[in-house]
Amino acid sequence: MNTYAKFALLVVAIIGTLAWLAAGGINETKTYYKTISEVQAMGEKAQDKRIRVGGDIEPGSIVRNGKEVRFTIHQDAVKMNVVYSGAEPLPDTFKEGSQALADGKLRSDGVFQASKIQAKCASKYEAKPVQKPAIQQKQAAL
Amino acid sequence: MENLGALALLLAFCLSVYAIGGSLIGKWKRKPFLTLSAERAVYSVWFLVTAAVGVLVYSLIAGDFRLAYVASNTNRAMPWYYKFSAWWGGQAGSLLLWGWILSCYSAVVVFQNRRKFRDMMPYVVTVLMIVQSFFLLLVGFVISPFNILVQGKGIVDVGDGRGLNPLLQYWTMLIHPPILYLGYVGFVVPFAFAMASLITKQPGDDWIFTTRRWAIVTWFFQSTGILLGAGWAYAVLGWGGYWGWDPVENASLLPWLTSTAFLHSVLMQEKKGMMKVWNMVLVSATFFLCIFGTTLTRTGLVSSVHAFAQSDIGTYFLTFLAVGIAATVYLILDRLDYLKSESRMEAVVSRESSFLFNNLILIASCFSILWGTLFPIISEKVTGEKISVDGPFFNRVNIPIGLFLLFLTGVGPLIAWRRSSLESLKKAFLWPVVASVLLIAMLIAIGIRHPFALVSFGLCLFVACTILSEFFKGAQAIRAKNGMNWVAATVQLTHRNTRRYGGYLVHMGIVAMFIGFTGAAFNIDTTVEAAKGDSFQLGHYQLTVRDIADSDNENYTSRKATIDVSKGGSHIATLYPERRYYKASQQPSSEVAIRRRLNEDLYLNFAGGSDTKSATIQAYVFPLVSWIWIGFWILFAGTIVCLIPSKVRLQYARTEVVGITRNYAEIQN
Repeated sequence: MNTYAKFALLVVAIIGTLAWLAAGGINETKTYYKTISEVQAMGEKAQDKRIRVGGDIEPGSIVRNGKEVRFTIHQDAVKMNVVYSGAEPLPDTFKEGSQALADGKLRSDGVFQASKIQAKCASKYEAKPVQKPAIQQKQAAL
Repeated sequence: MENLGALALLLAFCLSVYAIGGSLIGKWKRKPFLTLSAERAVYSVWFLVTAAVGVLVYSLIAGDFRLAYVASNTNRAMPWYYKFSAWWGGQAGSLLLWGWILSCYSAVVVFQNRRKFRDMMPYVVTVLMIVQSFFLLLVGFVISPFNILVQGKGIVDVGDGRGLNPLLQYWTMLIHPPILYLGYVGFVVPFAFAMASLITKQPGDDWIFTTRRWAIVTWFFQSTGILLGAGWAYAVLGWGGYWGWDPVENASLLPWLTSTAFLHSVLMQEKKGMMKVWNMVLVSATFFLCIFGTTLTRTGLVSSVHAFAQSDIGTYFLTFLAVGIAATVYLILDRLDYLKSESRMEAVVSRESSFLFNNLILIASCFSILWGTLFPIISEKVTGEKISVDGPFFNRVNIPIGLFLLFLTGVGPLIAWRRSSLESLKKAFLWPVVASVLLIAMLIAIGIRHPFALVSFGLCLFVACTILSEFFKGAQAIRAKNGMNWVAATVQLTHRNTRRYGGYLVHMGIVAMFIGFTGAAFNIDTTVEAAKGDSFQLGHYQLTVRDIADSDNENYTSRKATIDVSKGGSHIATLYPERRYYKASQQPSSEVAIRRRLNEDLYLNFAGGSDTKSATIQAYVFPLVSWIWIGFWILFAGTIVCLIPSKVRLQYARTEVVGITRNYAEIQN
């Protein structure tokens, strides 16, 4: 067998293995981004897929009971109850009114069982410009 | 004041456009004075951008709260060094930092080569200034750092600002962004030389020789920037990890992978005249991935926990990338004839082949990470459903890749160029293989069953042995000849070929890092709700909450736990994990307490608690994690060694090699 054929074989073998690993990895960890109303429209199908759903946390809805945290998220008028009982404490940014991303599955009783919560203030790294209403930014006069 | 800054940026933009036109027309019409004026314009651009930076930094430190940028990134209570670092704390400022670093690099390049490469330089200047004018366009016209707050027709001074995000108020964060940018931006220079070499149809490898140091230095900055980010995540964020496969982290890793591949494959071009097209592709890929990384971090293209500003500059970046990539691909395809390989691959077991596989695997890793990062966008375009992949995906692909790379690190430097006989392989690798097999057997005997960890430790020892044997063999030869002692002989050896032995040191650093990464297989953790006086156990540590107390100062309020740590009944440390609430930015932040040791870190995070009676404490044990940071220092030392000029000027007998190859081919026929 000539050298270049050997190389080609090896390269194909390596790339093939990696592609196989990658395909498996994607199937194992893929998470569907859905809105609350989409999750509710999916019905039973939502119960066997990993879903990431986002919404604003309803003021006054956070109830902590030991390690279990229950809260409600909403997007416009659609609401969804979420329960989280993971080992990791909730992030610093998790508070009423902030935006939460819940990863998990829908339970048969319609409550979303989250295994991971990410939360984000309106913007985390870029602080909001200190604007009072009617104050606008304008390009420095040139 | 802010008008001066904005004016400086505007003028700098005009001059950079002039430099593009000047060098191109000067070159085509053979007007050396025009070309020279374009080079002078590069200096002026540096001067003007520096002036603009000066204005911004002055406003930040003096606290000119009429400026939107100052008001949203600083407050009065901040110490001056954080005010200074607020320069890159926001969107506009970090783009200005990009532009400023580029202008510095351009000025240095023009100065260094003022009498060299008269043929290529106009094009080098052109490429540099195209990139420069793009960034100046952004900071000058799209998101200026010099915007002022106005209400109706009056200017508003808000008196005090919102302050820098408390998470960023940490020493590594002071230097992480500039250092990462030094690395990102630096690859513009090798790229510019590569393009100039293509445009002028240079037959030789001048661009590689000239930019070798640039490539090494910027590669080092990239490595440092990535590790500083990892170190910051570990010490500040409180989730107990240093790497989370977040899009923004991935963005910084992508160009690092291609530039690592580049640093290796240029050796092939230098020594054998091979892989010329490939090197062009790699240097361009690295440059565009740097721009792409900036795009990801600066535009919120992919949603990330880092969640930098969402903004509309994405279109500018994507246009720039599309046009740039199209032009580069065209150039490379058009000039393929000038990039012919001077010799052929001869055997599967050879030094050449180890370089080839090193490149293949680095690119595969880069591609898998890029794919995973962009998966939400790709899947949305293809299936209409936005699907994301997680850490396990990246780990699954990249752990085998990492181990294979580690293997090549050990094998590559010891096998001969062209082809290796079985006999020589046995001679070189017998003892390292025996040592690592023994180590694995020992680890199994003491009860370690994790397959990847076993392989990784085995390979780490294997690579360490091969590297040490290289030093040993070389030093012994010198000793035999000159009768020096071991240390002097090793220094002498390293000095003779600094790039080779510095490279080995860098490899050693990577081995140390792999030891640290492998430790993650044995992490343990627990989360407890503990009242004052409670004790809990983690691994062999006994942790007792002695006290929980509140305090208050002008910058933040805090709640701090005092935790006694004992091991085997005797007290070994007291740790103080703390939780702060910053007033200006109204953000909470954790101050984790870490007891760092070489064998393992004990890591405590105050995760929450509504009053001073009890606290939620997360406790982790991270075995071997310190070796990652030790690895960095070895890598640093190795890079420095690489940069020291070799004592013996090496002449690569390129033509001879080609001749031998031809003879060999004739014999074969």
